[in-house]
Order: sequence, then C-alpha cells, then structure tokens
Amino acid sequence: MIENVDLTLVNWSRGQFALTAIYHWLFVPLTLGLSFILAFMETIYVRTGDEAWKKITKFWMTLFGINFAIGVATGIILEFEFGTNWSNYSWFVGDIFGAPLAIEGILAFFLESTFVAVMFFGWNKVSKKFHLASTWLVAVGANLSALWILVANSWMENPVGMVFNPDTARNEMSSFREVLFNPVAIDKFTHTVTSGFVLASVFVIGISSWFLIRRREELLARKSILIAGIFGLVSALAVAMTGDSSARTIAKVQPVKFAAMEALYEGKSDAGLTVIGALKDSGERMGEKRVQDVKMKIEIPKLLSFMTTGKADGYVPGLKDLVNGNPERGIMSVSEMMERGTLARQVLTDYKMAKELGDAETMAVLAARFNDSDFTDNYFRYFGYSFFEHPWQVIPSVPVTFYSFRIMVGLGFFFILLFILAIYLHRRNTLEKNRWFLWIALFSIPLAYLASELGWVVTEMGRQPWIIQNLMPVNVAVSNISAGAVQTTFWLFALLFTALLIAEISIMVKQIKTGPKH
Amino acid sequence: MKSVIVSGLGRIARFYYDGFRNMSWWGNRVWIIILIKLFIMFLILKLFFFPDFLKTNFRSDEERSDYVLEQLTGNN
Repeated sequence: MIENVDLTLVNWSRGQFALTAIYHWLFVPLTLGLSFILAFMETIYVRTGDEAWKKITKFWMTLFGINFAIGVATGIILEFEFGTNWSNYSWFVGDIFGAPLAIEGILAFFLESTFVAVMFFGWNKVSKKFHLASTWLVAVGANLSALWILVANSWMENPVGMVFNPDTARNEMSSFREVLFNPVAIDKFTHTVTSGFVLASVFVIGISSWFLIRRREELLARKSILIAGIFGLVSALAVAMTGDSSARTIAKVQPVKFAAMEALYEGKSDAGLTVIGALKDSGERMGEKRVQDVKMKIEIPKLLSFMTTGKADGYVPGLKDLVNGNPERGIMSVSEMMERGTLARQVLTDYKMAKELGDAETMAVLAARFNDSDFTDNYFRYFGYSFFEHPWQVIPSVPVTFYSFRIMVGLGFFFILLFILAIYLHRRNTLEKNRWFLWIALFSIPLAYLASELGWVVTEMGRQPWIIQNLMPVNVAVSNISAGAVQTTFWLFALLFTALLIAEISIMVKQIKTGPKH
Repeated sequence: MKSVIVSGLGRIARFYYDGFRNMSWWGNRVWIIILIKLFIMFLILKLFFFPDFLKTNFRSDEERSDYVLEQLTGNN
C-alpha cells in the first residue's frame, strides 16, 4: 500500500535518478551546441574554400566526437530506472511517455549510424556539400532528438492531451498535438537547447583562450572565439527571452514552484523581482516547513508583477495564498484540492470494487465519469492531492529552488557579458593582450556546466513533491523494492559515470594539448 | 536494379570498413569505452540490477493493471 511506502526507498530512488540525470546532462548540452558551431565553421570552409577553416572544423569535431561517444546511451539508464524503481509511474503514464521516447530512440539511432559516421569518416570520401549537409543534419537531428525527451518531461509538469482509463490504470493519449504543443514543452525546448548553445560557446571560447594563453594555434583560437562569441551572444539573449516566457508559463501551471523560486510567501500586487537576496529562517512555520525571510535583497520594483501578469500592479500569489487558498483572488486551497482528489480516488476505488464483483453496469457508469469533462476538470485533475495528509506537503524546498534559480540567472547574465567582451576584444584585435579575459573565459567552462545543471535543479526540485503535476506524488510512483538494492545501484552508477567522466576529460585534454595538427 | 542496390550496399559497407580501419588514436579509445559501457549497461546492469518490476512480478497486463490500481486506491 502506498501509505506504507518506505521514505528511505523514495529518497534513494530520487537520489539515484538525480545522479543519473545530472551525469547524463554533463554530456548532452555540449553535443547540442557544438554541433551547430561545427556546422557554421564547415559552412564557412565550403563557401570560402579556406583550408584553415577545415582544420578548425576538424579540431572541434574531434572534441565533439569524444563528448558524443562517451555520452551516448547514458540516458538509457534513466529508462532502466523507470521500469525498476518507478514502475507505478511508468504504468500510470502509459503510452504518453513511451511515444516521444520511442521517436527519440529511432531518430537517435538513424542519426548516429548514418550522418555522424559521414561526419567523421567522410572527409575526402564524399563531396564537400554532402559532408556539410551531414554536419547540419547531425546538428538539427541532435536538437530534434532532445525535443522528444523534453516533450515527455514537460507532460510530467503539465499533463495534457490524455484520458485516464480506470480499467487499465493508465493514461491514454487523446491528442498528440496537445502533448507536442504543450506550452511547457515549447518553453522548455527553446530554453534548454539555447542554453546548450551557450554552454558550447563558452566551451569553445574557454579552450581557445587556453591556446592564446599558451601562445599556440592563434589563428584557430581567434576565429573560433569570433564564431562562438556571436553564436553565444545570440543564444544567451534567446535564453533570457525564453526564460522569461518559461517563468510566465510556470506561474500559470506550477504556481507553487514559481512562488518557491521567489521565496514569496505573502501574495502581493506591485511585486518586485528579487535580484540578489539571502534567506533567513523567520521562525514562523507552515506545517513542518520553515518560512524564509529574504534578507539583504536587491529588488527591482514591480518587475515580478509585470513579468508574471503583464501589469505592474498585477497580483502574484504567495505560498500562503496557494496553500491556504485566497477566495478573493480565485485561488483554491490545497485542502479543497485534497477533498476533490479524494473524491476522484473514491470513484476509482468504487470502479475497482465493481470490477472485482463483476458488476459491469456499475463499471460502465463509473468509467464514463473519467470521460466527463466536469469530473476530469474539477475532480480527477486533483487526483494526486488525495495522497497528502497535510496541505503544506505541496511546498518544495524553497532554499534550493530560490538559490539555484538566482545562480543560474546570474551566470546567464555573466555569459552575455563574456560574449560581448569576446566579440569586442576580437574586433579590436587585443585578445592576446587582455590575459585577464582569457583566464576568466577558461574558468567560465565549469560555470557554464553549473548553470546548466542548476536549471534542471530548479525544474525538478521546484516541482516536488510531484512526479506528475497534481496527479501523482513521487512516493506513489516508486516500486515496492528494497531500499538496499537502490542504494547498491546508486553507488554502481556513481562509479561508472565517474569513470566515464574521467575518461572523457583525459582523452579530451590530450586532444586539446595535441591541437589541430594530428 | 539488383546490381545497383548490391553495389550501393557494398560501397556503404566499404565506407564504414575504411572508416573504422583508419580511425585515429582517440577514435580507437572512445570505441573501446563505448563497447565497455554498453557491455556494463546491458549485460550487467540491465540483466542483474534493473529487471522491469511489473514484467518480472506479473504475468499479464491485466495483473499489472490490477496491481497498480491496488496501489493507487489502497487504504482509501
């Protein structure tokens, strides 16, 4: 029974999934961004016939290949975990999660076995234009491959386009269009891939800066910095815009996560956006959750209201409104949602009992309710709330969400500055003279990875306790297996992935030191 | 027509064969890593540590549905 689920098991399962996803994400964004940088560089080579660009393209293609090869299939482990650790979830989501993942698998297979091979084996064997087309197809294909994973993830945050079948206990896709064009999916895809472009641009600028610090490969370094600087700047501005759009969507579909990102407990009009701040325990409690005060804050007045509602005096609900309800603002309390969810669960229980008794008539009546929009919109949509004992349980970790969000955004603006400086110094032909910039660029590489991972921390930690927003909390999703088994595989993964990471870094460092002459 | 297909497939096979034969140092290294990784993932982790919970414990989809239904409604 769900109520007796072992919290140690839930926490180890979450920890294992987080570990796997974090390691997997170390490889993905570089592939997404570097593939486009390669395509730009090779396009210049094909258009100009300048052999220097071919040499530059081949050098970065080597680093792309190492990252791609080490990272390939690391995401499959996440699918293993769904089947073993999260079986209730895997069954409950039905084909909605499976369909996008299957498309991604097929796309990735054809992409990897054909066009990536042409990219690496095809130099001087296929025509220049065919080779260039393959490089572009790898770039577009890798990013489209990411689309399907992000569509699946977005459904978990905003479940749409499905009907629940009480007989199979599964959700069935009723509208592929709604699943694909889920507003969360659109925001997430654009924000995630452009953040990958930023990471790759920082990577290229950082490695190029290292060459300039060592006074090596100066032509390659300068040309690479220019391409990555321009691509990075455009991408970083796109990240800021898509981030803004994403925040507006979150405010609508996951208001509790949004309030946690801002550590906003009291709803307010004219709400300002906290740029910097430190959280301090106020001494007050919401159930077992500590209420945090934002101290030492630098705030832009009214910006949060404007960004969320489009009006400077718009009302932004706080955690207290969202948990306790605010009838004046049309906000339903969590207690009310728990009651509605419990009613929906009772209908499912009645269906199960009718099934056990073989009462076909009652089964048909109850099954029809899951197709009735009044029931699905007003009761079943709160199904997951029936598993909570207290309303405050819907609040995620405010400090983790608040700080991760601020560090991610702060680094995003830092990268915009870095790209502007890279382009400016390149134009003035003073990159080599400004060694401080070269060192900063080099040490920005780990910061780009940090920002990228923190984006996922905000997304996934901010939506706790849900695995599927409003429908299924994480503790309901886990399989009834031993926590010890999950603990064992956690450490196995930690070892495996660390070994892979060490292998990648050591091969990559060796190739960077060798330079493009190999 | 058949000979065109056979010759096309032969050229593709030759393309991959030459590519793998003439791989650089890093290419060899990453292929070794890929093969070890896939071996560990599919023949050790998947087989011994990651059985599909519902497929292993239940024989039919009906049994799996009933089990999950029980999990969702239990103690309600």
